[in-house]
Amino acid sequence: MSTFVLLTITGLGLGAMYFLIASGLSLIYGLMGVLNFAHGAFLTVGAYIAWFADSHFTAIHSVTLRFVLAALCGLAAGAVFAALVELVLIRPLYLRHIEQVLVTVGLSLATVALIQGIWGNDSRLYALPNWTSQTTHVLGASIPNDRWIEIAAAVLLLAGLLAFLRYTRYGLIIRAGVENRAMVTALGIDVRRAFTLVFAIGGFAAALAGVLSGVYFSSVDPGRGTSLLIFAFIVVVIGGLGSIVGSAAAAVIVGLLQQYANYYASSGLGDLSVVLLLAIVLLIRPGGLSGRAAT
Amino acid sequence: MARLAVAAGVVLALAFMPEYRFGLGKVFDGSLDSPGVLQLLAICLVFAGLALTYDLLFGFTGLLSFGHALYFAVGVYVCDIAITRWHWSFWTAVAFTAAVGLVLPVVLGSVSLRVGGIAFAMVTLAFAQAGAILVQKNPRRWTGGEEGLGYDFERVPQTFVGIPNTKHLYWPPPGYARPVGVVPCAATRWSPAAVWQAIRENERCVEVLGLLPFPYKLLAFALGSFLATLGGIVYMLCVGGASPDVTTASFTLALLVMVVIGGTGTLWGPLLGGALYTYLDRRLGDVGGSHAIHQLPGVLRVPLSQPLFLLGVLFILIVFFLPGGIAGLATRGRAGGRALRRLEAALRPARGGA
Repeated sequence: MSTFVLLTITGLGLGAMYFLIASGLSLIYGLMGVLNFAHGAFLTVGAYIAWFADSHFTAIHSVTLRFVLAALCGLAAGAVFAALVELVLIRPLYLRHIEQVLVTVGLSLATVALIQGIWGNDSRLYALPNWTSQTTHVLGASIPNDRWIEIAAAVLLLAGLLAFLRYTRYGLIIRAGVENRAMVTALGIDVRRAFTLVFAIGGFAAALAGVLSGVYFSSVDPGRGTSLLIFAFIVVVIGGLGSIVGSAAAAVIVGLLQQYANYYASSGLGDLSVVLLLAIVLLIRPGGLSGRAAT
Repeated sequence: MARLAVAAGVVLALAFMPEYRFGLGKVFDGSLDSPGVLQLLAICLVFAGLALTYDLLFGFTGLLSFGHALYFAVGVYVCDIAITRWHWSFWTAVAFTAAVGLVLPVVLGSVSLRVGGIAFAMVTLAFAQAGAILVQKNPRRWTGGEEGLGYDFERVPQTFVGIPNTKHLYWPPPGYARPVGVVPCAATRWSPAAVWQAIRENERCVEVLGLLPFPYKLLAFALGSFLATLGGIVYMLCVGGASPDVTTASFTLALLVMVVIGGTGTLWGPLLGGALYTYLDRRLGDVGGSHAIHQLPGVLRVPLSQPLFLLGVLFILIVFFLPGGIAGLATRGRAGGRALRRLEAALRPARGGA
């Protein structure tokens, strides 16, 4: 029983990270039709900036405060980087979807290589507050505390995004744009500002996932973004492109399935079963869980 | 006719490469018949052919697959495992690998081609990822996991083994790249190829004309994947075994970059792009480690010493400023020349009048 609880909470923590990446991917694809391969780069940039800031804020003695400030720097860096990418690289190729995908592929190659050049190939250790590595007892299982941060961050982001989409003017424009972009433009609303905003939100969420993956693995390496991105893609497609709630549900399913299969069957089988799940979902329901056709 | 002559000249020049005893200055590290240079050239040629097989899917038929690495890796790993782990003879292993390379894409292709567009890209990515995980997992210690698997050199024809024999190893890659180059060339004069291009342009239109796109797409997928598997066997010989790099999604992305740099939907564009990418990827690393680069200030040194950074930037620049890649540049050059001549011809009477 205690193993099961531990696996469940860890699976939810992993799912939380997938959701943070997938939510941005899903919004960007839903609104702009861009499959964003650079999303892993946003994540890696955010995680590295947070690590870099953390190692330079030596004047602050409280480890927790220093880490929170560093994490905020990382999140800001992720959002600004993503917004710049949209303005400089994606906007000139407006409506040329294949070229936009290609540019994001090139950007992800270049960014990862640049980070390798600056900070090296080896992983960098995060200086974390002590309480993140301690455990809490729940139903007889000892749960590492960092899992709670991941789950809380994902739930807060999900609630925040849903509130933003439902109750603000820009949220309304984004929802309408996902539904029918041509119509929104025809009504005289400049959708392009929403594009930059969506990229910034996606970059912010990806950087948050990067920082949290740093907490989860207690280090960051240049390949982190790419390896998480593949699972985030799978989550987005299973959830249905463009649907935030679908992504959240799919992220939980994928995270749990991965943990259970890795433990109860054999290690490595979890990744394989996630891949199989994707194939099955796509063949039975090509639109994913939320049912939007992915073409 | 002139293009045919150029092509024949390139083929001849490449064929006698192991006989050239001179170097090309900074282009290569040593004379052209030295083992290191020959191996680099051999790998460039394998990737040239491989990029062309990817172009058959992406450029000709418009199938954006993110799982092409799988079929190349099948060639590399199945052949290596059959020789090294199952102790089969070389030619039996090659025949078996070819059979797997024929059956697997037909099965996986008929499943993944049921969906289109981004969903197709994701299903192929998923299958390739399953292959990559399988290799990592190292079942029965067959694949060697992260360390890869060197081949059992006693079972490979002796002409291909050892550094002095590198010049023999140079023969299979052009032997691979040339027919692979010929296949799409012949295929474009073949009626399914016309349907492929029609599918790329407008699939709905093909259906309206009364043709079922599915068998044609499956044919392109199976042909491209089978040729990639053959390339995998040749690559396995060239590098002396298998390594898990060739199974990753990044490897497929590299193929995509090669094809776009060279020019999608053309024949010699991807050949050129594949060779150029591989050459730059290997050589820029050497140049980046050189003394001249080390003396530069950090702002310049760090980006210049990362081949993938330079290639990524080059790729973005090509997507922005040179759609159609290098091949497109040549076509545009010719079209530009024609336009210029026409302009001159049109202006001549006006000038004469003035």
